[in-house]
Amino acid sequence: MIVRKAVIAALGAALLVVSGLSFYRSRHLREPLVAGPSVIKVLTLGDYFEGVRGTANDAHVYVLEGEEPGGTVLLLGGSHPEEPAGRLACWIFAENATVERGRLLVIPTANRSGSTATRLGGAYPPDFTIPTAWGGQRFRMGDRWSNPLDQWPDPEVYIHYPTRQELAYVDVRNLNRTFPGRPDGTLTERTSFAIMELIRKEKVDIAIDLHEAELQYPVISTIVAHEKGQELAALASMMTSAAEGFNIGVEYSPPGLHGLTHREIGDNSDAISLLLEAPEPFLDATRGRTDRALLLTGRDEFVRRAGERGLLFEKIDANGWPIDVRVGRHTSTLLQIFEVWSGEKPERAVVVSGIPRYAEVIAKGTGAFLKDPKEAPPARVNYE
Amino acid sequence: MIVTVLYYLLTAAIAVLLIRNFLKRKDWQEEVLYIVVLLPFLLRVLRLK
Repeated sequence: MIVRKAVIAALGAALLVVSGLSFYRSRHLREPLVAGPSVIKVLTLGDYFEGVRGTANDAHVYVLEGEEPGGTVLLLGGSHPEEPAGRLACWIFAENATVERGRLLVIPTANRSGSTATRLGGAYPPDFTIPTAWGGQRFRMGDRWSNPLDQWPDPEVYIHYPTRQELAYVDVRNLNRTFPGRPDGTLTERTSFAIMELIRKEKVDIAIDLHEAELQYPVISTIVAHEKGQELAALASMMTSAAEGFNIGVEYSPPGLHGLTHREIGDNSDAISLLLEAPEPFLDATRGRTDRALLLTGRDEFVRRAGERGLLFEKIDANGWPIDVRVGRHTSTLLQIFEVWSGEKPERAVVVSGIPRYAEVIAKGTGAFLKDPKEAPPARVNYE
Repeated sequence: MIVTVLYYLLTAAIAVLLIRNFLKRKDWQEEVLYIVVLLPFLLRVLRLK
C-alpha cells in the first residue's frame, strides 16, 4: 500500500510541476516593445499614482511627442488582455508612429495583471505568436480580469465605487468596470484611478479604449461614445465607412451603466471618452476548439453556424475574422478619429504618420509592423 | 490584505486536510481523487495559479 501511495503521490507531484511550470512561464513571458521614432520617454502608471508603483499593474506609458504643439490622445490597449487586437494596435503605434503635432500617450497593457492569467475553465492557450519576417513575436494570451494572484478573493457582489451600482462579483477584477477607481481600493480600482490621474494631469483631450467582442454581443464593430464625443464618433464612423473599406457604427454610452471607460472617463475628467469594438469569434460561447489558430484566424465552424441561424450581431463566413483584419480596423478607425478631431480643433490637433491603415495591415500582416528587438538599441527595448 | 492572507491560510489548511485524508485512504481510486483535488489548492498556495 505504501508503494502504491508513493506512486500516486509522485504522479500528482509530476502534474503539479508540469502545470506549475506552464503557468509560471506564461505569467512571466516577456513581450518586447521597441520604442518608435516619436517616443520621447517611457513612464509607468506609478508616476501618476504611487498606489500602483511596483505592482503587477504598474504599466508602461509610452509618451510620443511631435515637434509642433497640439492636443493629447490616450490609447488604452489590454484593458481586457484576451482581446489582442487592441494591444497589437498599440504596439504598432508605439513602435511606428511619427507624431507631427500634439502628443500620443500609449498604454499597450492597461491591465498587466490580467495579461498574466488565462480564463479558468476556458481552455485558453497560454500565449500566441504573430509571424514576422524575423521569426515571430510571442504574446501572453491573457484574460478579461485581473489575475487572482494579484487580487483575491472576490466578493459575493461587486459594488461599484462611487455609484454603488451592483455588478457581477467577478467584475471587481474587470478594469473596464472599475473606473473612475479609488486610491484606497483593490488593485484594479487603483489601476483605474491611476489612469484617471494620468488623464487629468496630462490634460488628455481624447481617451480611446481598444477592445474586441464576441459576435453574440450586440455592441460590436462600433465606436462607443460618451455624449461629449458623439459628434466626433459619428463623423469618424462615416469617414471610416466611406474611405477605409469596412463599416463601423456608433453606440452611445448608456448614462446608467457604470464603471466603463466610455462612461466614467467622460464623466470624471475633461477628456472625451471613446471605446472601439472589433469582432473576435474566439470569445463566443458557441465556439469550438479554443486554440491559437482560432484566436488568430477567427474561423470557427460553430460560430459560423450560429451566424447562419441569425443568432449573431455581426456577419461571419468561412474567412472568419483574422487578427490582421481586426488590428487594421483599429488602426484605421484611430487615424480617422485623429483626422476628424484635428480638422475640428486645429489648436488641439494630433497629427500622426507612419501607421498602416486597414488595407495595408491586411496586405502585409500585423507582423510586418512589429520591430525586431534584436536589431534595436537595448535602451529602446521595453518589456511589457 | 488581511482577508487575502486569511484565504491563503484557509487554502493551506484545506490542502493539509486533503493530504491527511489521502494518507488514510485504502482505496486507490479515492487516493487518486484526493491528489487531483489537492492540485489547485497547492497551485494557489504556491502562487502559481
